[in-house]
Amino acid sequence: MTDQSAAPEHQVVRPPRSQWWDVWDQFKKHSGALFGMIVFVTILLGVFIGPWIYHADAQFVPTGRDFIALKDTRPIYNAIWDSGAKVNWAHPLGTDQLGRDTLARLMMGGQVSIAVGLAAMGLSLLLGTAIGVLAGYFKRLDGPLMRLTDLFLALPLLPLLLVAVLLFREPLAATFGPEGGVFVLIVTLVGITSWMQTARIVRGDVLALKEREFVLAARSIGTPNRRLVMRHILPNVLSPIMVSATLGIATAIITESALSFLGFGFPPDFPTWGRLLFDSVDRMVLYPERVIWPGLLISLTVLSVNYIGDGLRDALDPRIRGR
Amino acid sequence: MLTYTIRRLLISIPTLLFISLVIFLLLELAPGDPMAQVPLTVPDEVKQKMREALGLGQPIHIRFGLWIWQFFVVEPLHLLDIILGTGFAEGQQRVISWQTRSPVMDIVAQRIPQTLWVVGVAYVVAVIIAVPIGVYSAYRQYSLFDQAGTFVTMIGFSVPPFFSGVLVIVIFSVQLGWFPSIYDTTHKVVDWDSFVVQLQQMVMPVMVLALQITSQISRFMRASMLDNLNQDYVRTARAKGMTERVVVTLHVLRNSMIPVVTIIALGIPSIFGGAIITEQVFKVNGIGQLLITAIQANDLPMVQTLTFIFAVLIVLFNLIADILYGILDPRIRYD
Repeated sequence: MTDQSAAPEHQVVRPPRSQWWDVWDQFKKHSGALFGMIVFVTILLGVFIGPWIYHADAQFVPTGRDFIALKDTRPIYNAIWDSGAKVNWAHPLGTDQLGRDTLARLMMGGQVSIAVGLAAMGLSLLLGTAIGVLAGYFKRLDGPLMRLTDLFLALPLLPLLLVAVLLFREPLAATFGPEGGVFVLIVTLVGITSWMQTARIVRGDVLALKEREFVLAARSIGTPNRRLVMRHILPNVLSPIMVSATLGIATAIITESALSFLGFGFPPDFPTWGRLLFDSVDRMVLYPERVIWPGLLISLTVLSVNYIGDGLRDALDPRIRGR
Repeated sequence: MLTYTIRRLLISIPTLLFISLVIFLLLELAPGDPMAQVPLTVPDEVKQKMREALGLGQPIHIRFGLWIWQFFVVEPLHLLDIILGTGFAEGQQRVISWQTRSPVMDIVAQRIPQTLWVVGVAYVVAVIIAVPIGVYSAYRQYSLFDQAGTFVTMIGFSVPPFFSGVLVIVIFSVQLGWFPSIYDTTHKVVDWDSFVVQLQQMVMPVMVLALQITSQISRFMRASMLDNLNQDYVRTARAKGMTERVVVTLHVLRNSMIPVVTIIALGIPSIFGGAIITEQVFKVNGIGQLLITAIQANDLPMVQTLTFIFAVLIVLFNLIADILYGILDPRIRYD
């Protein structure tokens, strides 16, 4: 169909683009968000693909003479300024007091931390969206559900989280095993204590959307409530949900690390970044790297996720987009 | 305004009762026995008597009512007795800690000055730093200062206190040796030298807490200033020939402070939550540290009371923020 007469027009008329390409274009303009995306993807790759390249068992504890030789080695960069430092090229970031490889432990801890963050974010989004949509869409549920939200906002969350971890750790560990139990527990607890902001935002948006003409049109052709919510309301509140999703990952990772740091989180042989930090605080004078690496990774992850959220907020706002 | 205040006060009573019920029922599930520390040679019936002496024999609703009564009536009366020297609360049972067998409120009263001292100073410092940063970065939007401010506040959001605290200990106390890494609460300020020591040990915990608060408040300050800077009244003020200084500090700042003041009020209780971690890092024996040790020792009355104090603080400051908003902004009418 490429005849001569159509050629000049071909340069003016662009191929149709989906909305998500526009969003991506706007997102790319936010340099902080793009940088955050790169950092976050790098951390994800390092944590999940890294163990395939760097073969070391995070839980391997050397015994006998190996133990003396391998324990407490420093990161290899220490040899630059301290020629007497105990370094071992097989362990680039050194080993801990039991001779376990720090880099492998960081990767394993990262997998758990990020998995907790993603799962807790998913749960809190599910709860927040469900409660927000129900409260905004059905007038009768609005009052009770919003009172519930206010009550949750008035709860002192960190103390209650600490108490709840103590209460339910044993029964859940009996059902899901020590690691699985703590994972389920922390994901559930963080999820059910962080949905309130999402619910409030979603409710506000649903209240405004409900009065729009397209909802009226859909209703007039007899769309049942369930399909009206799924087809017409939910896609339109997707952007605030996505923004709170990114913020949710950040809160979940920080809360999990805080719990682990206070000694109420994962067991030490199944570390997260927060737990690694907590375990190394006692030796931080002699081995500062064991504190700094996990802390740096937590901070970088949260920082990059926050920047992604910032960029998404701008990119998903059609009033800003295209400027 | 007065009717609104009274209505809000009345609403907060069922809220607090519900929260106390949630806390009570949650702790009711707790495993653990206050008699676990008692030697095994003590016979079972004696242990049972000791449990009943602690009020554990009664059914749940009686114990809940008793706890509410103790918390809301006996303890305030006791406080009144101490202040006025009267004897209202004489012979009334107070909330007793299982750990120390002494009234919970006495221990809390010993611990609260340390927390208030660190948290309070941190909050004041944070507000003093945050407001000028927010104002200036809004006034020069997208300038280098604004970009740097945004970056620093992002870091403040993202670096958790248990890392920033440990990091400043490694840098300033281990490597440089400027400040002590542990906050010594037995230290008494008597003269200039001991005051300097007190200042030195306060610098690090206060700055770690203040970094977080500063980043939140300065974000709000900036957004609120940006909203106001484009308003018509600002153009009018400039057109009248007022200096930029007067326009910004007198007109814009005063109007922008309205939402910021409520944010500051709302943030106070959450700071006590953040202080739990900071207290743990710097070994401040305030109420956060008390809570952690009480949870670890299964001291349920203590945990209950402390958690409820946090809840009361949250409800109270929510109320204060709402009322302040109404007082400061005459456009807002609640009735």
